[in-house]
Order: sequence, then structure tokens, then C-alpha cells
Amino acid sequence: MNTAKKMIRVANAQGFWGDSLLGPKRLVEEGPVDYLTFDYLSEITMSIMQKQRMRDPNSGYARDFIKMLKMIMPQCRNKGIKLIANAAGVNAPACLAATKQALSEIGLSGVRIGIVEGDDILDRLDALTNEGEALVNMDTGADLASVKDDIISANVYIGAASIVEALQQGADIVITGRASDPSLAVAPLAYEFGWSFEDYDKIAAATVLGHIIECGPQCTGGNYTDWRNVKDFAHIGFPVVEAYEDGSFLVTKHDGTGGLINVESVTSQLLYELGDPARYLSPDCVADFTTIQMEQDGANRVKVHSVKGLPATDSFKVSMSYANGYKILATLCISGPDAIEKAHIVSDMVFARMKMLGADIPEDDRFLELFGSNVLYKGIVESPDQPHEILMRLGAKGMDASKLNVMSSEIAPVLTSGPPGITGFAAGRSRASEVVGYWPALIGKDKIKTTVKVEEV
Amino acid sequence: MATKQVKLMDIALARSGDKGNGSNVGVIARSPEIYAYLDKELTAAKVADHFSEIALGGVTRYDLPNLNAFNFILEESLGGGGTETLITDAQGKVHGLALLHMVVQIDESLLSTIKHD
Repeated sequence: MNTAKKMIRVANAQGFWGDSLLGPKRLVEEGPVDYLTFDYLSEITMSIMQKQRMRDPNSGYARDFIKMLKMIMPQCRNKGIKLIANAAGVNAPACLAATKQALSEIGLSGVRIGIVEGDDILDRLDALTNEGEALVNMDTGADLASVKDDIISANVYIGAASIVEALQQGADIVITGRASDPSLAVAPLAYEFGWSFEDYDKIAAATVLGHIIECGPQCTGGNYTDWRNVKDFAHIGFPVVEAYEDGSFLVTKHDGTGGLINVESVTSQLLYELGDPARYLSPDCVADFTTIQMEQDGANRVKVHSVKGLPATDSFKVSMSYANGYKILATLCISGPDAIEKAHIVSDMVFARMKMLGADIPEDDRFLELFGSNVLYKGIVESPDQPHEILMRLGAKGMDASKLNVMSSEIAPVLTSGPPGITGFAAGRSRASEVVGYWPALIGKDKIKTTVKVEEV
Repeated sequence: MATKQVKLMDIALARSGDKGNGSNVGVIARSPEIYAYLDKELTAAKVADHFSEIALGGVTRYDLPNLNAFNFILEESLGGGGTETLITDAQGKVHGLALLHMVVQIDESLLSTIKHD
């Protein structure tokens, strides 16, 4: 019997905030695709967006997404491609308004936009702690009270269910806040195949799919050990996955694109940022990566199947960021002979002069990295005895930015008042920047209610 | 049986990234036979020793025999954490290649189990 199996194509068009704008453009032009996912958020982006929003109430979302919409939406409309993006960052209303405006500027109407909210708990922190949510740091066990007044952003990693709801209400574009990365890919599969979230193996398979594609070309030959085997990095294909109702899927890319897809390149990405492989935690399930089976299925095609999963835990992960003082970093190039010895003299000079100017930096808050003296492979490969040149990276940390900024005025003077062979000050003076601390925690799922709204423009 | 000294790079691939204040290094053996060899050879203790000046909080190993792969967690390997550190490799991006510099002694017969594309 030869019944046509239903298959949908999901592609990742943006692996991070700042990824190449060519990704989505090429994906819609170079071959078939049904859903594009855009993964903009990371721990650090949430705090940057929150700061942007403090300065300008109309910002705090991924503005790149709006630029992209204007570029690709006419084609997406013609081809019936749907978009799922965690582009809302910390300002869903502003992102929705900008999306509507972008669509009207390019003259598109009848587009349904779904917006998923409820991940942002910054304004609820007091109430939640009063209700008994301790929000202790899950890495260190530290009490939230130690940083509570300095919290910049607080967002819950939400799952795919609300995105599915938006798709069920006919959304062509779904915009979310901090939806977890793999959930962006779980949603279209659960929606198209009508999967229950209690079908743990299938939800786990889709989670694995999402994890494989969430960094774009890192599964198609980017950042790959055997890079000499990878063809045409400039035109590397973004990942396109052909997903089937039974939970199996094929990782591939559009014909004619560069890159390499084999079991090793896909496995490399599967291992990226992985913890315990038997318990990959997402808001949608617990996926067991030790059950995954993979085979080559033709050129640049890898089949993934047999994934097993367990029910999700009863808590969501919360990602919080907090202000944790300042840091400053200055760079100078130092030539040999005696580059390393001279760099230490320069470092001592700068900190001594800072002290003379009333900015004494304690030993523990000082930073010195001599790039070219074996920084990256420290203790692993032999260090060069006498490098002909090094990049000196001199820095400091502290709670007082004005004190750190004294460093910036004492870097250039070492060229005329220190040892010879110092150059490369072209980058100019550096300034102290804010240090953002990361505070991961858990929160009871019953405390979080996500909302779904679908509007037509 | 004749043995040969090779770099881990010759018999495995790797990828790394940040995990909080540490990093992870995924290692893929180039054949099931080499996986079996590395299962005994590439212990967490040996990897911790390799990274003694980088992974200051020790190393944990997880196994994925289904993919001929291992996952090593390097604790305290980012000079104080992804967003706060001043070090160049703030996200442990090169820890994978760093591990692949390890020199190992392997039976020559195992090298012929590697398929070349």
C-alpha cells in the first residue's frame, strides 16, 4: 500500500539576535518550507531588551524581526509559509504594533498575527515571593533577597501549548516572549499532526528537532570539526527539517546550498550546550537523548527517529538578570622582544597610576590576559617562550564605574612613558560597561498563565 | 599489537558551548570501535587533568552510546560566568578543539575502522 504520508517542513531562519539577515531571505527563495522559526532570545538578550525598554517604552523587542518581515512576508504570503518567532522580547505590545505597521507598509492585509504573553514576571516578583515562590538560584542555591533590588529582567521559559493555540486560531505569524528555543519547533508539529502533549515520545522527538535547528547552520556544517569537508561556507544552507506524523524527521537543507549534513554534523549540534543527556528539560517534556537513533539517508540528509520522552516537570525555569556592578577592558598590542615581560610592567604601571588618581583596584578585581601567549589552550599545548607580539587585554571589575573609567585615561600614556614596542591604540578609549548577572530559578507551573491573542490586519 | 600515538582529533570530533559558569564538550568517536576504546580511555579524570588550568571545578562525563558520543561538563571553566567574565573565550567555544589536542595511544587496527567520506 502506498499512502502518502503527511510531512511538514520546519526551518530555523534565525539562530540568535544578530544572526545573518540572509537566513530567512534565502530559505523562502531557495526551496520549499512550511514554517520558519526565529530564535532571538538568550539570557543576555533579555536584559539588554529590558534596558532598552527602560530608555524607550516602544523598544525592548527584536527589531530585526520587523526588518525581516518586510523582506520576506510577500513571498511567505504567496507560498503559505507561517512564522513563529520569540521576537516580542520584553515588550509584546510594541512588537505587535511594529509588526502591524510593517505589514501595512508593504501593503499586506488579511494576515493573522498571534501574540503569546505571560512569560514576563518582573512586575510580579514581590507577589510571587509572598506566595512562597523562593526563586533561589538553581546553580548556587543563593537566596533571591541578595539580588532582588537589582533585578533587571525576569522571564519564564514557556512551552509550545500557547503557540499551538494561536495556530489553531489561524495565526500566520506567532510572536512570543521567552518561549523556550525548542518549543518554537514543537508547536507547528503538535498543531499539524494533532499531537497530544501527553504523547511524550512525539513531543520529545519534536524537542530534539528544535534543539538540532535552534542555532541555524551549526547543524549544517557550521563550527564543525572536519571543516575541510564543508563546501561553500558563504552559501551554507540553513537547516530544513522534514517532519513526519510518527515523530521521525529528516534534517536536510535546500539543494544547491553550501555546508554539510551528515550524522556527525547533526550529532555535533545535538551535543551543543547539553547537560545530562538522559534528562533534557524543556517546558514541554523531558527528552531522553540517549534513545535517539540517527542514520544517513542520502546526500545531506540525516534521519532521526526512536526518541523517547517523559512528562515535563511541574516547574518552569525562570531566567532572571540583575545588575552586578561594572567592568572595563582596554587593549594594547605589545611587540617583542620581551613582550610578556613588558606587558606585566605596563599592567603594573596602569594600576599604580590609577591608585595615584584615587582609583585603587584590589588585586582580585584586576584582569590581565596576554593573547598570543597561549590563552585559549592554557595548560594544554606548549606556550611560546617568546611571542613576537601579543594582544594585551587589561581590565578591571567593580561597583563604581567612575573609578574603573580612570583606567581609560591611563592606557594611551604608556605609549610615551613605558617600555618600547607598544602600539595598536587605534580603537580609542574604552568605557566601563554594566555587568549583568544571571539568576536561573524554578517556579511552579500553576503560577504562570500564558495568554493568546490573535488579530487580523 | 602495534599501537600508534595520535591526537584525539584523529579519532573523534567535538563541539563545545557554555553552561552557566562552566562549559560542555561533546565528543563523537569516529567509529563504534573507537567509542568502545574511548569509553575506557577518555575518563572524566583524564579530561579534568587535560583541562587542569581551565576547568577549575572538575569534570563530569555523560555517555550517549547510541550516538558513539560523550558529554563532558567542565565546571568553573569560564573565568566567572558567561555574562560577567572578561576572558576572550567567555562561552567556552574553543574547549572542544582544546580537548581534541589530547594525545592518546591507540591500537593501529582501530584506526582502520574510521570511514572517510
